[in-house]
Amino acid sequence: MESITKDSITREMMLDLFGKNAERICRNDTESITANRKKALDSFGKLGFPTTRLEAWKNTDLSESLAKTYDFSFDPLTGASGKKIFQCNIPHLDTAVIGQLNGWYMSKDVPLIELGNGIIMGSLAEAMVRYPDIVDKHLARYADSDHNGLTALNTAFAQDGIFIYVPDNVTSPKPVQMINVIQHSTNIFLQSRNLVIVGKNSRLSLVHCDDSYNYEGSFSNIVTEVFLDENSFVDHYKLQNLNNDSTLVSTTVIHLEKAAHIDSHFISMNGGLIRNNTRIDFQGTDGIANVYGLYLMDRKQHIDNQVFVDHAKPGCTSNEMFKGILDENAHGVFNGHVLVRKDAQKTSAYQSNRNILLTDTAKANSKPFLEIYADDVKCSHGSTTGQLDSEALFYLRQRGISEESARMLLLYAFAAEVVSKVTIPQLRNRIEDMIKKRLQGELQICEQCVLHCSTPEHPLDFKIDISKI
Amino acid sequence: MLLSIKNLHASINGKEILKGIDLDVNKGEVHAIMGPNGTGKSTLASVIAGREVFEVTAGDVRYKGKNLFKLSVEERSREGIFLGFQYPVEIPGVSMTNFMRTAVNEQRKYRGLDPMPAGDFLRMMEEKKKLVEIQSNLTNRSVNEGFSGGEKKKNEIFQMAVLEPTLAILDETDSGLDIDALRIVANGVNTLRTKDNAFVVITHYQRLLDYIVPDFVHVLFEGRIVKSGNKELAMELEEKGYDWIKKEFE
Repeated sequence: MESITKDSITREMMLDLFGKNAERICRNDTESITANRKKALDSFGKLGFPTTRLEAWKNTDLSESLAKTYDFSFDPLTGASGKKIFQCNIPHLDTAVIGQLNGWYMSKDVPLIELGNGIIMGSLAEAMVRYPDIVDKHLARYADSDHNGLTALNTAFAQDGIFIYVPDNVTSPKPVQMINVIQHSTNIFLQSRNLVIVGKNSRLSLVHCDDSYNYEGSFSNIVTEVFLDENSFVDHYKLQNLNNDSTLVSTTVIHLEKAAHIDSHFISMNGGLIRNNTRIDFQGTDGIANVYGLYLMDRKQHIDNQVFVDHAKPGCTSNEMFKGILDENAHGVFNGHVLVRKDAQKTSAYQSNRNILLTDTAKANSKPFLEIYADDVKCSHGSTTGQLDSEALFYLRQRGISEESARMLLLYAFAAEVVSKVTIPQLRNRIEDMIKKRLQGELQICEQCVLHCSTPEHPLDFKIDISKI
Repeated sequence: MLLSIKNLHASINGKEILKGIDLDVNKGEVHAIMGPNGTGKSTLASVIAGREVFEVTAGDVRYKGKNLFKLSVEERSREGIFLGFQYPVEIPGVSMTNFMRTAVNEQRKYRGLDPMPAGDFLRMMEEKKKLVEIQSNLTNRSVNEGFSGGEKKKNEIFQMAVLEPTLAILDETDSGLDIDALRIVANGVNTLRTKDNAFVVITHYQRLLDYIVPDFVHVLFEGRIVKSGNKELAMELEEKGYDWIKKEFE
């Protein structure tokens, strides 16, 4: 594998890099995909990397992340065996695992898995070759490269990623688990693209893990487009557990047709800088989107959740609940923007963001925002940021519970509201375990993936039993 | 002597609330503390329980012969001090069962006992629930969340029954209760009353004392106990109100 090393990342450098590697980047493209790349590159040329001068980025500064040295690679991995690191050790969690290593789909012997029920999953690069019509119809149709520099950059550069296709009237028999692992001996800059298409009346459970496997730095600019056709349902989980030198900009664009329903969970346990751009587009009536988020950050970690919901059609319901616990010098940002267009009558939209700051130096910026042009709607928003409830702490201690246990109980209870929405029981148990470990300061970066946090040799031992909360 | 309070002064944000309290409580006794609103009744309860917003500026409090102020909030609880809250706190996400099991086991650990086996614990909870006529589903809910005023107060007595304190201070447990709830609360207290424990019942009204018969009644006024007597004092207060106390001591 040939790598190109760059000392710092600038707009000019990226444009130059594309020019010199265009042939390799466009290797598997259809004509329209190449045309999209060129268009997106022009757009990136105009927009560049986002800076804090932009309203949407005023609380998240990428300049330090971009000032590092990164390696780029435009060729698929050869020879590496990814099998072992994608093993997930959650007891009894039965998923179809598809893995990505450093942005490339792993397991080249079977680049696309085609199941008897018509489900196709595997490498996006391969899907471009084998199913150009499906890919063309959806790729880069939902993510906005015209106004978002990093999305444009991804659209221009992304060569591989995960492709999942569920045809009409099919329920995926088990959850699909996308594991995106970063393991590299030097800092690495990667841009992968995921495309998930769920047909009419179909159902999919999708667990999407972003993990780093060692302590090297990384910059991941990942875009995931999810298309839900009429009356389909997706239960979506995004689990993020990256090291402190990682930067992750994860853009998820969810397009819902009539009566489609998505439950999306963003659980961020660790990461140097995480920015989640989530966009919900209601393009049919009667859609439902529940977007839940939980972030537990400490040290100098930075988490930024931006959620934009476009109620373009009537009768849709969106519900956002983001909760964060910020310790030491951590910084949490939440920006929720709900747009209810003029014709989107009978819209219900709720936004809530709550933060607990454990120190004087932890910081939260929270801005729920409703922009409403229809008149028959039910909308509400709320935001609170504060300390742990001292009255509740006193109440628990008055019953003989130690201060430390009382704090744990309250923090865990705070997080549990989000975790309780996880409907895969094995996954919920594991997330609960991880939160307990994380709150006790034991979990920094897992030695393997996000889901490898406890082993039979090291069973969890908590001073108080909070399993029954 | 279970509790001995001598010349206790306490303030909040620099404002003195308790201005020299003297009170002795022995095992087997029930003391009622009465008085007009804003005279320091709840402050006294809070200071004994260890609420940190209050600053003790003078005085001495001995509990089982130990300096109370050297014990943390949780140590006081584990030593048997229970505060029935005037305004029980809602704690979303923490179930009653888990709250009580954590409390019981931390108290047991303090006494050198192993955690209570889950089966025994659940049986004990069932038994105590009957005492205060609590609906069985209450214990599956989050602590006080969405409870009615009466349920919250019954829940305080339920917790007291589970923890079996040596000294229970009930801070206006009767306020906001209808007569049925009042009877249930009082019945709980009377059932738990033994020769080895003591109760300090803080109340604004004499009504509760029809059900919980006190050995001593104290009138707290402007941060001091200005009058002590037996249950007849409570009846006198009911009859005459607090004005004559105010006139006498203002």
